[in-house]
Amino acid sequence: MKSKIIKVDYLARVEGEGGLYIKVRDNRVVDVKLKIFEPPRFFEAFLRGRNFAEVPDITARICGICPIAYQMSAVHAMEDAFGIKVNGQLRALRRLIYCGEWIESHTLHVYMLHAPDFLGYQDAIQMAKDHGSVVQRGLQLKKAGNAIVTLLGGREIHPINVRVGGFYKVPSRSELATLAERLKWARDAALETVRWAASMPFPDFEQDYLFVALRHPDEYPFNEGRLVSSRGLDIAVGEYESNFVEEHVEHSHALHSVLKQQGPYFVGPMARYNLNFDRLSPLAQEAAREAGLTSACCNPFKSIIMRSIEILYACDEALRIIAQYEPPERPAIDVPVRAASGYGCTEAPRGILYHRYRVDEQGTILDAKIVPPTSQNQRVIEQDLAQFVPKFLALPEAELGWRCEQAVRNYDPCISCATHFLKLEIDRG
Amino acid sequence: MPPKHKPKLAVWKFASCDGCQLSLLDCEDELLAVAGEVEIANFLEASRAVVKGPYDLALVEGSITTPHDAERIHQVRRASKFLVTIGACATAGGIQALRNFKDVKEFIAIVYATPAYIDTLNKSTPISDHVRVDFELRGCPINKHQLVEVISAFLNGRKPNTPAHSVCVECKQRGTVCVMVAHGTPCLGPVTHAGCGAICPTYNRGCYGCFGPMETPNTKSLSGWWTGLGVKEQDLLRVFRSFNAYAEPFRRESEQHEK
Repeated sequence: MKSKIIKVDYLARVEGEGGLYIKVRDNRVVDVKLKIFEPPRFFEAFLRGRNFAEVPDITARICGICPIAYQMSAVHAMEDAFGIKVNGQLRALRRLIYCGEWIESHTLHVYMLHAPDFLGYQDAIQMAKDHGSVVQRGLQLKKAGNAIVTLLGGREIHPINVRVGGFYKVPSRSELATLAERLKWARDAALETVRWAASMPFPDFEQDYLFVALRHPDEYPFNEGRLVSSRGLDIAVGEYESNFVEEHVEHSHALHSVLKQQGPYFVGPMARYNLNFDRLSPLAQEAAREAGLTSACCNPFKSIIMRSIEILYACDEALRIIAQYEPPERPAIDVPVRAASGYGCTEAPRGILYHRYRVDEQGTILDAKIVPPTSQNQRVIEQDLAQFVPKFLALPEAELGWRCEQAVRNYDPCISCATHFLKLEIDRG
Repeated sequence: MPPKHKPKLAVWKFASCDGCQLSLLDCEDELLAVAGEVEIANFLEASRAVVKGPYDLALVEGSITTPHDAERIHQVRRASKFLVTIGACATAGGIQALRNFKDVKEFIAIVYATPAYIDTLNKSTPISDHVRVDFELRGCPINKHQLVEVISAFLNGRKPNTPAHSVCVECKQRGTVCVMVAHGTPCLGPVTHAGCGAICPTYNRGCYGCFGPMETPNTKSLSGWWTGLGVKEQDLLRVFRSFNAYAEPFRRESEQHEK
């Protein structure tokens, strides 16, 4: 019997700590474990007893890479509980800060975490020795995203300006205008990024995925919309928990989210792209076609192209918002606190991020639930590996391991996020 | 002349959000320059390449929360000539140190269906509770310019210039009107360590203490002022119990407001 074990003790170029274990018998994958050993931090537990107003600041600390996503899901859930809706320019500013996070987070992944796999480098710094101007372009593009978050949020990591009801302070027209020049450059750089990403060598690996993303009547989704799937799901965010369940699977060390009766599902840029292609700006659609994509793409290795298209879209959308900006009269609307439950789901760079809170009449949190994108993608990642590995068993050990890492990095997994909610099993033998 | 030996830099992660090590990648203008001066020998968030120790400079992110990590930090210390903690988790235990004031078993039961599987310590503790630390950089998150300053100071064999005074001084330097005096907005600035550049008051909100306590803070006096502004006891408890809850001066002050 030919047997093989592929082990990656510490996955590199992902956010957080994880490993990989794949067991092969007679050219058949019999076990795949995406191991998560990031220590738990118990956010849902210590949120109990905190005040509703603290939630955007506290939940931001779940993830240093996508704090805006946590802040946005948190404030929308709280506003849902209190029966208020943030509209007009305040709503547009929230979209704008989210554009900044997508640009920053996606560019980090495309240039520094994912591209080195395609081009055969250990990291972006080594890649810079041969592709200096490309890495410089990536760094400056990332900086353009960070500039939006810093202006609107106060700083790029754990911004301080987001609150339930709006912001603490809103920018003037001229302050926002200072971003426009840099974003025009960024939009061109993003277009170059799409072309560059499309030129990578891609393995032939199409899968039949169940995609899940938000869908909005007029916009590419950030903060609002209904939850839809590629197989007909169409529900309000408040119905999330009656349609999705967290399942304990024997071969895994983590709780996996699945769609009831349908199983594992895929969230993130590729899911958004497939479900919302018609909502992309004309420029982004055109760039996708030029890159050889249609409105549907099921090769996860090509997620690097779709992530690049989303960077382009975010630059385009940010410029549109800035051009139409008029400062709102007040930085935040009134928040009428009441005892209630609220639901929020927004599109984090890595996919849908669900929050649910129950508060009492003082606004003290009684109960919190948070489902991050990476815990939803875990099962699909493992399925990909089970399909992928048999095709490449002839490769030398080290290279096969690297290809597997690349297959995991297709999802830009954020283990720091996922872990606070995953079940960790310690085998004591 | 023999070629100059490039110091080896290692970045280590314990319980954290990854934000402080991301600060290094957020140095878009300085990153390649830093990479030219040091050998990045272990930085898993950025690179697959791992070079064996010993390391000249170790940056440690995150707090100690598991028996395994309590062991691992000693290995890191042994392999490091100069060890710098980066951020509130590594320096004060982080937001996850809120468990230190509760029964951790209760916390596990709230989040996880099978508590027996979770191997965690009762307390989240700073790195300095476990090993000798050569320098502590504050903040949740750290200020990336201060991080570059620390690396640069290390490379040049000098002490990093990271003032230990309060956020108030930064407001004055920046020309920001005092939110507490002018608008009656409660602010932790008078007791909080400088480093962020007084961002919150510039955005019309009070400081919430993410850089932790300054040197010799008078938290009791500040609590008195906050009470004068109408802040209740249970709210004062929460104010001192956030991202630096387990830092001694904030921990002691919070206990004064516990029923």
